[in-house]
Amino acid sequence: MSLLTFTRRAALAVALLAGTTIGAMAQVTLNRGLDGDPTTLDPHKTSTVTDAHVLRDLYEGLLIHDNRGQVAAGVAERWERSADGRTYTFFLRANARWSNGDPVTAEDFVFSMRRVVDPATAAQYASILFPILNAERINRNQGASVDQLGVRAVNATTLEITLNTPVPFFLELLTHQTALPVHPASVRQHGEAFVRAGNKVSNGAYTLLEQSPGSHVRLRKNPAFHDAANVRIDIVNHIPIRDTAAGARRFVAGELHLTVDIPADQLRQLRQQLGNQVSVTPLLGTHYMAFNTAKAPFSDRRVRQALSMAIDREFIAEQIWQGTAIAATSFIPPGMSNFGEAPQPSWVNLSAIDREERAKALLREAGFTAANPLKVQIRFNMTDNNRASMIAIADQWKQIGVETTFISTDARTHFNFLRERGDMDVARAGWIADYNDAQNFLFLLESTNTLNYSRWVSPAYDAIMARAAAEGNLERRAVILREAAAMVSEEQVYAPFLYFTNRNLVSSRLQGFVGNPRAAFASRYMSLTN
Amino acid sequence: MLIYILKRLASAIPTLFVIVTLSFFLIRFAPGGPFDVEQQLDEVVLANLNRHFGLDQPLWMQYALYLGGLLRGDFGPSFILRDFTVSELIMSGLPVSITIGLLSLGLALMIGVVFGSIAAFKQNRSADYSVMVFATMGITVPTFVVGPILQIVFGLTLAWLPLGGWNDGAIRNLIMPVLVLALPQVAVVARLTRAAMIETLRANHIRTLRSQGLPTLTITRHALRGALLPVVSYLGPAAAALLTGSIVVENIFSLPGVGRYFVEGALNRDYTLVMGTVVLVAVFVLVFNLIVDVLYAVLDPRVRFEG
Repeated sequence: MSLLTFTRRAALAVALLAGTTIGAMAQVTLNRGLDGDPTTLDPHKTSTVTDAHVLRDLYEGLLIHDNRGQVAAGVAERWERSADGRTYTFFLRANARWSNGDPVTAEDFVFSMRRVVDPATAAQYASILFPILNAERINRNQGASVDQLGVRAVNATTLEITLNTPVPFFLELLTHQTALPVHPASVRQHGEAFVRAGNKVSNGAYTLLEQSPGSHVRLRKNPAFHDAANVRIDIVNHIPIRDTAAGARRFVAGELHLTVDIPADQLRQLRQQLGNQVSVTPLLGTHYMAFNTAKAPFSDRRVRQALSMAIDREFIAEQIWQGTAIAATSFIPPGMSNFGEAPQPSWVNLSAIDREERAKALLREAGFTAANPLKVQIRFNMTDNNRASMIAIADQWKQIGVETTFISTDARTHFNFLRERGDMDVARAGWIADYNDAQNFLFLLESTNTLNYSRWVSPAYDAIMARAAAEGNLERRAVILREAAAMVSEEQVYAPFLYFTNRNLVSSRLQGFVGNPRAAFASRYMSLTN
Repeated sequence: MLIYILKRLASAIPTLFVIVTLSFFLIRFAPGGPFDVEQQLDEVVLANLNRHFGLDQPLWMQYALYLGGLLRGDFGPSFILRDFTVSELIMSGLPVSITIGLLSLGLALMIGVVFGSIAAFKQNRSADYSVMVFATMGITVPTFVVGPILQIVFGLTLAWLPLGGWNDGAIRNLIMPVLVLALPQVAVVARLTRAAMIETLRANHIRTLRSQGLPTLTITRHALRGALLPVVSYLGPAAAALLTGSIVVENIFSLPGVGRYFVEGALNRDYTLVMGTVVLVAVFVLVFNLIVDVLYAVLDPRVRFEG
């Protein structure tokens, strides 16, 4: 150990001791609900929003989401983009530290990003880094090795990332939890067990104190964090709540300061009781019905339009979801970056009665009559809200003479069926933005995408998407993406019906929580008043 | 008796083997896999995951590997909770489930036997009717109704007890879950005791004791021995019911037991976790049945071990 490291460690030990003594005097503890156990605290194997809530407290990436969900400086203090848009240079802040006192270096990011794309890691969101040079080839085992990844440490505090082609939303991608760094020395030393409390070294506002599946993930303020002076909460307990009604009761009793879900059927009563402690805010996500365009009569645009027109979205949002979801007529949710105003289908401003008449007329044109009614089978994954929504849709379709039957299964069966392209008419699905860009929704309908549940093949659409991918100018690109979205809207390949929301109970004692479309609720921005 | 117990344990091994084999293939034949979720994964990533967990190998090979692991006491890694092995998950949850389960079982036996006996002695009188009304309610009102009611009364209105959390097994946190879990069992035990007691009280040896004018306490002691037999044979199913029945209670009171793994494991197609829970319950039921049989022989002189 060099003298310098020794001094640094000694200084850290003193800081830690001081931290504990102060903590013992007035320790502030935040209890926040999670909608289940995190699937992992390894940022590179993560796949869920639940994981993201905890990882956001533990780690800091090059870029982060601030408490409004906006992209902000993280470990990278500033960054530059090359003229051709293919190379980014990130300048790391000099005072970025791991919780054991080691500096956070550009090499750490090189190690981490290589680990993500290494197929042996089996990272669930490796695809987030695919725009980086060679990333996809490495992950697909196509002859490239991890040291060929386009990520390079120029020096300890300068990181250079080279892309295959310019990607306008690349900075947004870096806020995803998969792009978080891990501490190379502890990964080498402990292997997969580096995630465990005791082994874990993190660079965020908090460190892992204890993890007990089903009970809690307990975090402690990280004194080595560069912005520790502004972190107000000393201990954060992320508590998995599987029964949202019980979670609401625990909130009322003061056992939780923040929840990540609200039982929809109790929303009105909770609003009366809790007032503005109930927070429902938009999230970048859409529930939609996917028509099987490879099968008659759903290959007929008129049939798809008629069925979509007949869905009373306000009723479903207000009555069934009790206002915890928002009526949707466009596949792209509002608030999407680099996109502008989402194109709407032409019938969106018609009154309910006019829509019904139009829908009936379209079905007649497509050859369906009272004697020969359209028969539709809906497939959906069973949850209380989904079941109620599907029954409502079937009832609304009945008004235009459609006979509906259902097949409901558990989620794993349903999404496997969709991926495997089983025989179906219409299926319910949902999508939440992995990154804030319309491309993350519109790519689902490209002919070659395995998640194109509608099996829609449109060379014209693919050509538009290719044009958008090649366009470096954000304004012009947005115009092209809106063209693609307009096509989806007109064709009604998907019938969007609801937008997802954040549903939180937020204690009046809790300051600094802002409901935002990225569901970025980092504890470092919050504080508790008495 | 030792030989009998050893023989029973040996005969449990083929039973376990059949259970493991059947459940292994049953869960594999369920459609969908652990990585089929609403926010679906990229094709390449899915292939990497399948390779990582050995799901790309032929099923018989996976089965052989799983059995091999099992023999070494290795239940494998969880597919969904990726930071933990199945053994770790079960070992961290089991103490919670066993604490709650045993306390509930103990409570159910104590209250159930006392109530059942009172009902039998006061057959067709108001005490009997009150016990039976209570018992019927205990069985029919589901835990997901009783739990929230207790939470609202004792947690919110009176604010005497915490509404949830394990809190390292603090008694305050145990009271409500144990009560809720015990309630249906109290009811069953009370009914079983009552029925058996009524029958035993009419038996010849009890009538003889009565005719000789022995005190009620002595009679009760003798009668209980016979009346407890059905209760004892109910212990096996009761133990299994407590282990699996704790799912609802665990969810309502946010307890980190193993109950939720039965449902979540299956719904998530967390193959190894499902197998782990199946083995756990199977072992539990086999052991409890053995205990019941041994107890039976101790309580009833007519039952003897076949050495």
